[in-house]
Amino acid sequence: MNRITKAIGLALAFSTAVAGMAMAQSSEVRIGVALEPPALDPTAGAAEAIDIVTYQNIFEGLTRIDQTGAVQPGLAESWTISDDGLTYTFKLHDGVTFHDGTSFDAEDVKFTFERILAEDSTNAHREFFTPITSVTVVDPLTVELKLERPIGRFLFDLGRGDAVIVAPESADNNANEPIGTGPFAFVQWDKGSRVILEAYQPYWGEPVHLSKATYVFIGDTATLTNSLLAGDIDGTNNFGQEALGVFEGNPQFTILAGSTEGETILGTNNRKAPFDNLKVRQAMAHALDRQAIIDGATYGYGTPIGSAFAPHNPYYVDLTGTYPHDVEKAKALLAEAGYPDGFSATLKLPPLAYARLSGQIIASQFAEVGIKLELINVEFAQWLEDVYTNKDFDLTIISHVEPFDIGNYANPDYYFGYDNPEFQALIETLNGTTDEAKRKELAVEAQTILADDAVNGYLFQLPQTGVWNSKLTGMWKDSPIEGLVLRDIRWTE
Amino acid sequence: MKRLFAHPSLAIGLIATLIFLAIGVVSLVWTPFPIEQIDIPRRFLGPTPEHWLGTDNLGRDMLSLVMAGTWTSFLVAAVAVVIGMGVGVPLGLAAAAWGGPVEWLVLRLSDFIFAFPAVIVAILVTTLIGPGAPNAILAIGIFNIPVFARVARGGALSVATLDFVAAGRLAGLNNAMIAWRHLLPNIMSLLIVQGTIQMSLGILSEAGLSYIGLGTQPPETSLGLMLKDAQGLFLIHPLLTIIPGLAIVLIVIALNIAGDGLRDAIDPRLRQGNPNVLA
Repeated sequence: MNRITKAIGLALAFSTAVAGMAMAQSSEVRIGVALEPPALDPTAGAAEAIDIVTYQNIFEGLTRIDQTGAVQPGLAESWTISDDGLTYTFKLHDGVTFHDGTSFDAEDVKFTFERILAEDSTNAHREFFTPITSVTVVDPLTVELKLERPIGRFLFDLGRGDAVIVAPESADNNANEPIGTGPFAFVQWDKGSRVILEAYQPYWGEPVHLSKATYVFIGDTATLTNSLLAGDIDGTNNFGQEALGVFEGNPQFTILAGSTEGETILGTNNRKAPFDNLKVRQAMAHALDRQAIIDGATYGYGTPIGSAFAPHNPYYVDLTGTYPHDVEKAKALLAEAGYPDGFSATLKLPPLAYARLSGQIIASQFAEVGIKLELINVEFAQWLEDVYTNKDFDLTIISHVEPFDIGNYANPDYYFGYDNPEFQALIETLNGTTDEAKRKELAVEAQTILADDAVNGYLFQLPQTGVWNSKLTGMWKDSPIEGLVLRDIRWTE
Repeated sequence: MKRLFAHPSLAIGLIATLIFLAIGVVSLVWTPFPIEQIDIPRRFLGPTPEHWLGTDNLGRDMLSLVMAGTWTSFLVAAVAVVIGMGVGVPLGLAAAAWGGPVEWLVLRLSDFIFAFPAVIVAILVTTLIGPGAPNAILAIGIFNIPVFARVARGGALSVATLDFVAAGRLAGLNNAMIAWRHLLPNIMSLLIVQGTIQMSLGILSEAGLSYIGLGTQPPETSLGLMLKDAQGLFLIHPLLTIIPGLAIVLIVIALNIAGDGLRDAIDPRLRQGNPNVLA
């Protein structure tokens, strides 16, 4: 009897040990993200959600941006830059294949940049690459890019999601079936629910730790909270700050509080009356109580900004004092602009917690100076269509998450419609300047112009508060570029 | 009148409903704090002498929000009942009085509308006119139409077979006059009871529609919207969810008790000692 019990006990112990081992070897991760991407081609859309899934996971560029924001070699193992800064010669990695088995070489690089620069290009940031005058295939592993003028951040720009290398065989289908060279291959996309990636075994670089990654789209905080607590997902890159308290002090979870490249703005349609009037925009800037918005919408995690520039950038200058919160001054400016009783406007809000909360707070602050806002909640696809594409809006709230995206203000066709030739000339000079001190000076000037013109309401730098299973490691704390890079993520036990 | 209050459930239900209605009406002229007043430093206060039910995530006074939300709920549900009655009852009466193809048409129309749940109607209306309280009213109102049409028709049919209706016809009344003079007065009690039930369903639907973002929009508030705002915080600040949730439950219970009591009180078939008029 005794022996039997022992045997059963041993068997049980053995089976649990086996189960334990199996658990430890599990290298699958399920990540909850708030927004579902509209498509999966990072070279054909501005939505951050695309990069969250694909950047450095499915697709790679010639260079890649690491978690500190520095440029690292990507598909190009090395490069040389001519003395005049106009010719870049890239030496490509050997033995790289796309997920469909086709090989990667200089022709793919040429194809990629020609596709970006084509007349009918759908690239969201074609302007970064328009100074490229020629892409020459020197040999299958060497490619030469010539520029018409030096670009200060060219190597960084090459590391963006917009410049990842695609293959001519598969590029047209990348929106639904992305095929890249990255460590993870696309498996399936259940629309409205999840995207599944699997490690690509013949990957050319350092092997990744995970065998499978699933992105689960969960829009609201309560569901996300429950999914995390129930273990349905292993983490999320950005969790609503209002409910972080649930996970604080819970040893099963790690909270990673960092910053992003996201300047959150009260996007203002500068084409449209009354917002084409500087005094009105200044009045709105005076009406904003930034600290209350930061406390209310980000629970104090956001950093105040006074212009379209990230505070952690070395060129940053603090302009938050340009138009301090001053209700009387705002009213006076409105009266001067011809709106003594204020006016009514609409505020279109995408389905992001920070936008919806900031919207309500701003509506209450604007009401104090007589500006009546009607809040219109829209889905993200509708936001992209109405606001970003058709420019059919008065005001909106959105975070601009691309690094160094102040250049958007030099594009008069951009959704907020800021058309200032002086600023456009300044950005052009800045882009062509390689001297660090001079670049900083120009960047400061650019920030100051935007702050003085009160182009948009400048609210805060979007924080990133990730909540992860505490046994996971390798996630990025900050987000110096749009993306959720799986490369270093692994289970510690 | 005395007979009405002989039913304790009716008295309790009616009084409770009236109290909530009064709270809602008061919110039109007075709330302890303005509901749009956002004051971040005073958020998540919990019950204090100044804020009886505490404050929410934006520092708004919860009591004021509940009061205003109660009014929105009543208003939406009541207007929806009026729409349902206004359209549904004439349709139902017409079906009973004319019969034949009219009846067939009304019944098929009811089936058709019944096939679309209120939420689907609400989504449809949202895409047409955008979200907001009117959207919720319209969606719930449309849903109410076949309910009242069927109740009116069913009640009217049983009345239509009685002798006094036949007498009316012999006296030369046409279908419309029969429906108006004889059928409608005799199904009034049925309609009132159904109205109370649809009120409570309407309040639940309004809460549901606002909860999924199709109903009332901020800065206006409703009980469902409060639930939605608070759900992410449930584990940290449960009061913010419990208070509006409890308010919805209590209002619906009050209306249901009142509805049950009304039915017991005015439905002659259930009244003891009276001869059954349908016999």
